[in-house]
Amino acid sequence: MNITLNGQTCWAKPGETVLNVARREGVNIPTLCHMSNFSPTGSCRICTVEVENGNSLVPSCAYPVYENMVVRTNSPRVRRARKTIIELLVANHPQDCLFCVRSGNCELQKLTQEYGVRTHRYQGERRRARIDIASPAIERDPEKCILCGRCVRICHESQQVGAIDFVHRGFKSSVAPALERSLNTVPCIDCGQCVVNCPVGALTEKSHQKQVWEAINNTDMLVVAQVAPAIRVALGEEFGTDDGAVVTGKTVSALRRIGFDRVFDTNFSADLTIIEEATELMHRLEKGGPTPMLTSCSPGWVKYLEHYYPDLLNNLSSCKSPHEMQGALLKTYYAKKIGVDPSQIYVVSVMPCTAKKYEAQRPELGGEYPDVDAVITTRELARMIRAAGIDFHKLPNQGFDDPLGESTGAGAIFGAAGGVMEAAIRTAHYYLTGGTDMKSLTFSPMRGLEGVKQAEVTIGEQTLRVAAVSGLTNVKALLDDIRAGISPFHFIEVMACPGGCVNGGGQPQPATPEKLLKRTESIYQIDRESPRRNSHRNESVQQLYTEFLGEPGSHCAHELLHTHYVERDEF
Amino acid sequence: MSNREKLLEIDRHNKRNIMQTQDNTQRIFRTYPSGDASCLIDMLQEVQEHFGYLPDLEMQKVARHVDIPVSRVYGVATFYNQFRFQPLGKFVIKVCRGTACHVKGSFSILTTLESELGIKAGQTTKDLLFTIETVACIGACSIAPVIAVNDEFHGGLTTKSLQKLLKSWQRQCTESEVSDECV
Repeated sequence: MNITLNGQTCWAKPGETVLNVARREGVNIPTLCHMSNFSPTGSCRICTVEVENGNSLVPSCAYPVYENMVVRTNSPRVRRARKTIIELLVANHPQDCLFCVRSGNCELQKLTQEYGVRTHRYQGERRRARIDIASPAIERDPEKCILCGRCVRICHESQQVGAIDFVHRGFKSSVAPALERSLNTVPCIDCGQCVVNCPVGALTEKSHQKQVWEAINNTDMLVVAQVAPAIRVALGEEFGTDDGAVVTGKTVSALRRIGFDRVFDTNFSADLTIIEEATELMHRLEKGGPTPMLTSCSPGWVKYLEHYYPDLLNNLSSCKSPHEMQGALLKTYYAKKIGVDPSQIYVVSVMPCTAKKYEAQRPELGGEYPDVDAVITTRELARMIRAAGIDFHKLPNQGFDDPLGESTGAGAIFGAAGGVMEAAIRTAHYYLTGGTDMKSLTFSPMRGLEGVKQAEVTIGEQTLRVAAVSGLTNVKALLDDIRAGISPFHFIEVMACPGGCVNGGGQPQPATPEKLLKRTESIYQIDRESPRRNSHRNESVQQLYTEFLGEPGSHCAHELLHTHYVERDEF
Repeated sequence: MSNREKLLEIDRHNKRNIMQTQDNTQRIFRTYPSGDASCLIDMLQEVQEHFGYLPDLEMQKVARHVDIPVSRVYGVATFYNQFRFQPLGKFVIKVCRGTACHVKGSFSILTTLESELGIKAGQTTKDLLFTIETVACIGACSIAPVIAVNDEFHGGLTTKSLQKLLKSWQRQCTESEVSDECV
């Protein structure tokens, strides 16, 4: 069908919304509550447009097109209405942009600029609320909340956690955890999807920048950074590169210039995770269970299982997540190697994730010292780079330090959903066939952005049924099957965030499907261009086993690289 | 009886009440099919009928029964004025805030009550004796400003007469506790 959009005739599918058509035609309509891939709520009204012969303005995000419809998205009436909406939002919003962490990247602030809001037109009582800083991963400032509901929808619909929801009504409305408790006392999994989807500064990560700067400024400390697979395809966006640009070399040199003494690659321990996890899987298959084995790299997912399916904790791989493995090795293997006391080593993980902040302070992850001392997100690293006065674009490309800096393409794809499974299959093939690599290393059933991907692979005489799940709403059916004892799978990868780490809660805001796609493509590009693409071919990992750990699954490996889990209350 | 002992006694009394109502809540849960969120409001109403308010623990049980997150149960409950989240006091004081009462000074009646009892409208004192509520109009404008205490009306109030009333209720409480002890 045809519609007229700002005087131009354009084609539209029946049932499509005005917003969709406009975006396709390159007409920008501002939105606050709208989320692609979710049904529209039309609650913020900022996307309001004028339809000829209609009485009132309509929200374009929820308004379907019809034949010969005439729409104006930028008429004086529309602009006036949008400006009023912004002014009303601002009237109930703290005016402390100078101190807000989202300043410069805030969707509300951007709109006030676009619509020329220069005065505080409506003044009156503002909603007052306390800041909630008790969670180890996420901070909430309800006063800054504009009630768009994006956090609530992602938490309920995409993650099926439902830690937060709207409470009260009218002027007293706010978004709060259940029973208006603090976020750390409700079964929140700290995934940070709410943070990455928040248009303003109401939800932010708990910052670790201060302690990291202090450690860097302390000359007695050896401050070590490790960089997660998904950072190198997202950090550039904070400095205006194309979405998903690969900036590995610049990330390393930026960390060195900030003052980190060593820069290692979490991809190294991703390779190590594969060796340990594949060994554990072989062991379980021989022993007859418990299968399916569930991956344990995603701390949000681990916490979800602890809260909601504690009876399935035995299915969870005992492997620590890669950055915890790396931390444990830095304070043992590496400390010994370079002759530094582990108390002098300060490990900072640069992660695309807020749940890693919570994970780092789990008491069982560490011996005498915690494996990881601080976790900063992609966004925090970008802030530190700016604070250090570094021109990101002029940075040279540098490589990671040795020996915990070598990695293969298999480690790199941990950043994308399905990557852990693909990497595991490459190494499982090597083990099960007694030492031959797969002919074609690309395992396409595990690639793509679907929530659940399943496949059957025959390696030698063994047939493995595997699945990769991302976004926790997709995992429930699989877990219920395991509970009922009818799960057909041997091995299931689960990532808490939809799309995996590239779309993690610590990544540049706002999260969009386009960014997710580009970052995922870049992750596979890194794998494609790697000289080695099998975890078991990582020479530094091999060296680690001969020099220190013994063999995969050894006692020493168990001490350092494996962990246990705790049952937590559902509420 | 010292103040602390009194509080302990009230606490024991409440616990007994909760024990007694436990059977009734089980009946509520049996009446409604599990996993059916459309029963949510009905269930909350019945729970409130038994406890006089919605205790946190009961909301958690309801959430599990209808299989939705506790945050959503709480969100729904806080949306409606009919639900309360604190137990009612022995004396429920409804302060009329209708137009006639407002003109006759009901605002100062309300603030006097709030400062005398140390709570805000909608709250209950820690000793569970008094609850203050505001009502849009009680329908007794001729005797404005008016309050209703456990459905007994007191009109033509001044801050002074209000303080007298408060004292008499407090006296009643101590007396009734003494007589309880005798029994």
